[in-house]
Amino acid sequence: MDKGRVAVITGNDAIAKGAIAAGMRFFAGYPITPASEISHYCAENLPKYGGKFIQMEDEIGSMAAIIGASMAGAKSMTSTSGPGFSLMQENLGFAIMAEVPCVVVDVMRFGPSQGVATVPAQADVMQARWGTHGDHPSITLALSTVKEAYELTIRAFNLAEKYRTPVILLSDATLSQMSEKIELPDPGTLEIIDRKIATVDPEQFQPYEDDGSGICPFAPYGSGYIWYTTGIVHDETGFPATSDPDKLAIQIDRLYDKINHNLEDIVQVEEYLTEDAEVILVAYGSVARAALATADTARREGIKVGVVKPVTIWPFPEQAIKKVREKAKTILVCEMNHGQLYWKVREVVEGKAQIAFLGQYNGKLIKPEKILAAIKEVTVGVC
Amino acid sequence: MSANNGVIEKYLRTEKLPHIWCPGCGNGIVLNSLIRAIDNAGMEQEKTVVISGIGCSGRASGYLKFNAFQPVHGRVLAYATGIKLYKPELNVICIMGDGDCASIGGNHLIHAARRNIGVTAVVLNNNNYGMTGGQYSPTTPENAMTRTSPFGHIEPPFDICKLAETSGATYVARSHTYKPRILTKYFQKALAHNGFALVEAMCDCPTLYGRLNKRGTGKEMLIKQKERAVQLEKAKEMSTEELEDKFVVGEFVNKVKPEYTEQYDRIIEQVQMEGF
Repeated sequence: MDKGRVAVITGNDAIAKGAIAAGMRFFAGYPITPASEISHYCAENLPKYGGKFIQMEDEIGSMAAIIGASMAGAKSMTSTSGPGFSLMQENLGFAIMAEVPCVVVDVMRFGPSQGVATVPAQADVMQARWGTHGDHPSITLALSTVKEAYELTIRAFNLAEKYRTPVILLSDATLSQMSEKIELPDPGTLEIIDRKIATVDPEQFQPYEDDGSGICPFAPYGSGYIWYTTGIVHDETGFPATSDPDKLAIQIDRLYDKINHNLEDIVQVEEYLTEDAEVILVAYGSVARAALATADTARREGIKVGVVKPVTIWPFPEQAIKKVREKAKTILVCEMNHGQLYWKVREVVEGKAQIAFLGQYNGKLIKPEKILAAIKEVTVGVC
Repeated sequence: MSANNGVIEKYLRTEKLPHIWCPGCGNGIVLNSLIRAIDNAGMEQEKTVVISGIGCSGRASGYLKFNAFQPVHGRVLAYATGIKLYKPELNVICIMGDGDCASIGGNHLIHAARRNIGVTAVVLNNNNYGMTGGQYSPTTPENAMTRTSPFGHIEPPFDICKLAETSGATYVARSHTYKPRILTKYFQKALAHNGFALVEAMCDCPTLYGRLNKRGTGKEMLIKQKERAVQLEKAKEMSTEELEDKFVVGEFVNKVKPEYTEQYDRIIEQVQMEGF
């Protein structure tokens, strides 16, 4: 295990190291650029910890395998990029319905279909929210630094375990491939959360009986319990409850409630110089780096710029936006896409500030100069 | 305790019965044979996971008192791979229909067989998709009538046992619902086998496939199975024409090869011995 030491590593290696530090002991994946190095690291290192790695026949199989391993008690993960993430969506829905903790890393690359495999984008943001069919909640974290890649991967596992749900980590081609210096913490200092395990008499066990916390205790296969589940809408027994309209609604509500009743714990957002800001930049992932740099530059030029950086994209940090919309004149959303989180921000701003969008979708990171120019453009006559 | 020596009460969730399968459907016979094999094998219920796919056969896991689940269509063997690799001490049984196993799940079948991972695959082959209304499946014979081949089927069928064999499965057998005791025997051998084991149970769908192809009642179809089944040795002497509308039964493969999770565990042992 890595012990408190400084290392220069890539985003992909940081994700894999973070996962192992979080206790991940099962990884299934399928080769894809720009995510493959996560597989490489896991293939080489998981056996050292007694963990298991498998390269499955496709991403559908990878997602199914990590669900199976998690049902047997493993902290499990897969990693992929857009095309593979699309293939995982059906099973992602099963993991949400059956409440199986796991972590799915999507290293975002450019464009729909094969797009461009080697350049970054942030165009899977809505897929992370709504990619699988039907009503469901989503916990999705966006990574902006290698340090975050390590730390937020651990947090992703903690959230997955705590809330019995898949958690999506969004990286991008640039962040995953680039190296940065990080200090790897002593594993003993990390906060690691493990899922709540069933302790009741096996005869009394109901797999989806709410113990009052909204999150049902889990009985890993082989731990002495016998239980059934299905992706079909089920009740507390795990068996289908499809003929009772009330039970259908209860199941969907329960899935939402366990997230929505814990937003204070789940939602993570960073604010930079927002207190007096007239212009708020909303940026996440790699773009947040440029936004933070732009705030400093702009202030040197006398423009009061602040940044709201959603770390959890989903659930979206609505409160942070509601706070800044009262004071800021302009909210500028910067994304490497054609406009995705922009619509969510716009919804939350509710017309209480001017809202503007800087979208770049050419496979290049957005540079601070471009953001500064956009600020100047949108604030003409406003500031 | 009833006349079945308690097998029903021990292994079936009797509160979920009667099952949903149609009169004359072969699925119940296969399930009967399977639980008798499990009983004979003395498998611990809490150490056994049963996964079943989507379709009529997919309902089987819900009737069984095991750790069981019914996930999305076609991926049963991929979940099984995750469970077995993470906890090799668990027995993992996969119940699939012909469509689930060889169409939407065909990729997982060939790769699970190739890896020789120690799970048991039980395939209930009724030559069509029953649950969804009688469409053609990858095992529907040529010229057969289904709801999606209303002018006669023009695709050749898969032989699931051959598919498993050529993919690397180390135990492969086929029988049919007229011979439940033979099915039990094959299931038992599959459960005891250390490696990927597949047993195909030919079973009838009188409601859809049978009716669309004028095969008569469930009883008539069942009796017909006996006539259609040809022993492996005998089949070798028969021509393709003679084998028309027949199916070959017997044990096709029974061999020893390294099992996947044991190989992986050896890697762990080796890596950990070398230190890191």
